Amino acid sequence: MAKIIVDGIEVDVPPDYTLLQAAEAAGAEVPRFCFHERLSIAGNCRMCLVEVKGGPPKPTASCAMNVRDLRPGPNGEPPVMLTKSPMVKKAREGVMEFLLINHPLDCPICDQGGECDLQDQAMAYGVDKNRFAENKRAVEDKHIGPLVKTSMNRCIHCTRCVRFTTEVAGISELGLIGRGEDAEITTYLEKALSSELQGNVIDLCPVGALTSKPYAFQARPWELTKTESIDVMDAVGSNIRVDTRGREVMRVLPRLNEAVNEEWISDKTRFIWDGLRTQRLDRPYLRVDGRLKPVSWAEAFAAIADRVNATSGSKIGAIAGDLAAVEELYALKALIGSLGSSNLDARQDGAKLDPALGRASYLFNPTIAGIEQADAILIVGANPRKEASVLNARIRKRWRAGNVRIGVVGEHVDLTYPHDYLGAGPETLGEIAAGKGAFGEILANAKRPIIIVGQGALARDDGKAVLAAAAAIASAPGRDEGWNGLAVLHTAASRVGALDVGFVPAEGGLDVAGMVSAAGQGALDVLFLLGADEIDTTSLGSAFVVYIGTHGDAGAHRADVILPGAAYTEKSGTFVNTEGRVQIANRAGFPPGDAREDWAILRALSDVLGHRLPFDSLGELRRALYAAHPHLAAVDTVRAGDLADVAALASAGGSLGWAAFANPIHDFYLTNPIARASAIMAECSALAAGQLAAAAE
Amino acid sequence: MSVRRLASEQPQSFAISPDNLAWAEKQLLKFPEGKQASAVIPLLWRIQEQEGWVSEPAIRWVGEFLDMPYIRVLEVATFYTMFLLAPVGKKAHIQVCGTTPCMLRGANKLIDRCRERIHPEPFHVSADGNLSWEEVECLGACVNAPMLQIVPDTYEDLTVETLDKLIDDIQADRPIKPGPQIERHHSAPVGGFRALTTPELYDGSMVGQGAGLAAAREAIAARAAAAEEAARAAANPAPAEAPAAPAVKAQGEADKEKVPDQVKQTVPASDPSVRPDAAKKE
Repeated sequence: MAKIIVDGIEVDVPPDYTLLQAAEAAGAEVPRFCFHERLSIAGNCRMCLVEVKGGPPKPTASCAMNVRDLRPGPNGEPPVMLTKSPMVKKAREGVMEFLLINHPLDCPICDQGGECDLQDQAMAYGVDKNRFAENKRAVEDKHIGPLVKTSMNRCIHCTRCVRFTTEVAGISELGLIGRGEDAEITTYLEKALSSELQGNVIDLCPVGALTSKPYAFQARPWELTKTESIDVMDAVGSNIRVDTRGREVMRVLPRLNEAVNEEWISDKTRFIWDGLRTQRLDRPYLRVDGRLKPVSWAEAFAAIADRVNATSGSKIGAIAGDLAAVEELYALKALIGSLGSSNLDARQDGAKLDPALGRASYLFNPTIAGIEQADAILIVGANPRKEASVLNARIRKRWRAGNVRIGVVGEHVDLTYPHDYLGAGPETLGEIAAGKGAFGEILANAKRPIIIVGQGALARDDGKAVLAAAAAIASAPGRDEGWNGLAVLHTAASRVGALDVGFVPAEGGLDVAGMVSAAGQGALDVLFLLGADEIDTTSLGSAFVVYIGTHGDAGAHRADVILPGAAYTEKSGTFVNTEGRVQIANRAGFPPGDAREDWAILRALSDVLGHRLPFDSLGELRRALYAAHPHLAAVDTVRAGDLADVAALASAGGSLGWAAFANPIHDFYLTNPIARASAIMAECSALAAGQLAAAAE
Repeated sequence: MSVRRLASEQPQSFAISPDNLAWAEKQLLKFPEGKQASAVIPLLWRIQEQEGWVSEPAIRWVGEFLDMPYIRVLEVATFYTMFLLAPVGKKAHIQVCGTTPCMLRGANKLIDRCRERIHPEPFHVSADGNLSWEEVECLGACVNAPMLQIVPDTYEDLTVETLDKLIDDIQADRPIKPGPQIERHHSAPVGGFRALTTPELYDGSMVGQGAGLAAAREAIAARAAAAEEAARAAANPAPAEAPAAPAVKAQGEADKEKVPDQVKQTVPASDPSVRPDAAKKE
């Protein structure tokens, strides 16, 4: 630890702290543009100048100098840093004047207005007139894709975007070309960015040079209502802030959570909001003579009651989709159970995960933050870049820190970091589990290995055996005490929550594949789809399909009754992410038209069906839910899985098949009904497909 | 400084010559595994030597050869002014220095001549396609100003006439001589040596004589006497004293403090008796 006096306050900080960090430790605010905690230090904006005693006798860029670089005083006094002295103020005013020389005065038409670092800091350090009589620099705007809008006149060359795309996103596509006054940020010949995390450059840009293209000229920050919530586009459970104006979601921004998403979110999370406005189901529909007809809630419920009462419990089924919150899963499970059915399942892809094997058998046990402690990572049947982009950035962060080997079994894809490609199928996994091969040895000797098992390896006939093999590697002897390396990577936000509340076939019940084939053969009369669109809805035969959901997607097209539900921004719902972290998404707006929150729909329907669910409010529902599943009450925490479960799973064994692992997600932008309703996502998808085709040529 | 962007018209493809490819592969061995990108500047330079300029296909070729993103190569190529991003004259690209020493010695006239004979604008190829020119910053041959560079050599001590001859020779494919274009060896004094010409300095007769030391002692004594004189003058202010005298005195004092005895010059720089220009200033 090193002592330093900041504005008269002595603080004790690690010697490798930068002066800027030391200033923050002492509570002194230092303005900055180019410095960012999660990026490498560039030191090129000069806004963070401070005065030091024990260092250079000139204003010093505090982001680029360590505390240990300063000398103590003649009698061993700690070095002194001044962040508010007249010299500092004058220096920063000089820097600000230079920055403003070429920065256009277009704040009134700039989307960054109101949340602009330059605007804010100019209030503190700006001067009211310009001594620069020449013309301002003019820079052509660059086209860098459908998501990020550029207004390059405003760029102050902090290079945060270049560093982010290179370091965090792992795509070296943005760069600073030219030099001096003619420096410009661009991609190579203005090729569109290919990262799934590119939207973060909008947040990083301290000025309005990079702004959101879909959000352009839509709203001002001060007229938006901000609601802290949780993302459901993937199973990472990124912390987000939903900005609404009136009823409409105007944009989605990341929230800081070191344990989950740091401060990044994927493009799907960020730009999904136009999908929340289109293709919405805003009133109940009933299929009459083959056509869907708008009806009232009572008529819709009556039609369902007719069909349910006409059949027996064993001929009723329920499939939950990927975006369902725990509350409605719990309510639907209770309703289906009270109807006497044991046919319910949330594993639309047919993943061989079973809550009976213990919670550790389906969680990302090492936790997302735990990736940074890993000393070897094996990825089996997954493409984390597409299935959990933010988590992939965490793996890349681990790789950048060095001393880790990453192996991949499955499809050979670009993960943005180098890895050993080991093989395509289960036989490779079997060899590694047996400690054979170079990577098998690495894993055998690792203290804190992580074995990431994707749904591509689990949603197949030998899924259980694959999981067992992965568990065997994870629970091999020699691991650090308490380290659980079995990491199941989910793709659906609802999945872990569904497994937690046991939304799987009860004794003798049918799973998703069973229900679909039973419906096709006429053995299932009524099928409830809770936002389930990823199943084969065309082969449901003559079954009476009740679709509770938000968008006119595959499920709604097949449905006989549509009950309009609330999307994730329109309800308060609990989601459990892939590591088992319980998080609550808050309601940012109301569902459109007659649509209602899903749990309320189920509660009302249960009354009509004569099996009234025992709760009248969300609070009562949660009380019942927490009584049945106490760990769900511990919001924002992870109840760790039991290591013994992994060992038990490992001993289960099973015979591995031969087919190569196929990743579950190939089109990152179109994975759920909301995304499929989004024009922005469609454009991104087409662009990505085009880039893929161009690369294949 | 010019705006550095890729030329609007680019060739379809780029092919490196077999010799240069062999050379480039040898360059890679200089760098540790995974650090091949360090060879980007030498490679771009070699390509410029081959092609005369760096084209967009060449940038992509370097990116692929060094396994680095194209944008990183583009960043380097657009940063350094030594890389030419547009086609240049087939026979020569003339880089005329326009920095202060050359400018003072008539570089502007050379530039005007280039405008007349090659193209009115820099970075444009002459009508016959043989020549192009640009103004560059200091190339470090100020002592031979004005100068120009035709990679890899410099041509110094130019006049409009010698520049004309140079251009004529290039156009006629006659050999041209690098270095000073006047009678002069490198940066040796024009017209031969004028100092330290005494033959005794070189025949060994002064060795061990202490001549230099004696001269230095004499000078020091002279200066001390002069200072004493000045102090006396200050103590008895004479109305007839010249107004500039205190300034000279102050400078003398300052010099005495600044120059350590070991390296003190034999003749004080401020002594008006030995520096005619100093005397003139008064």
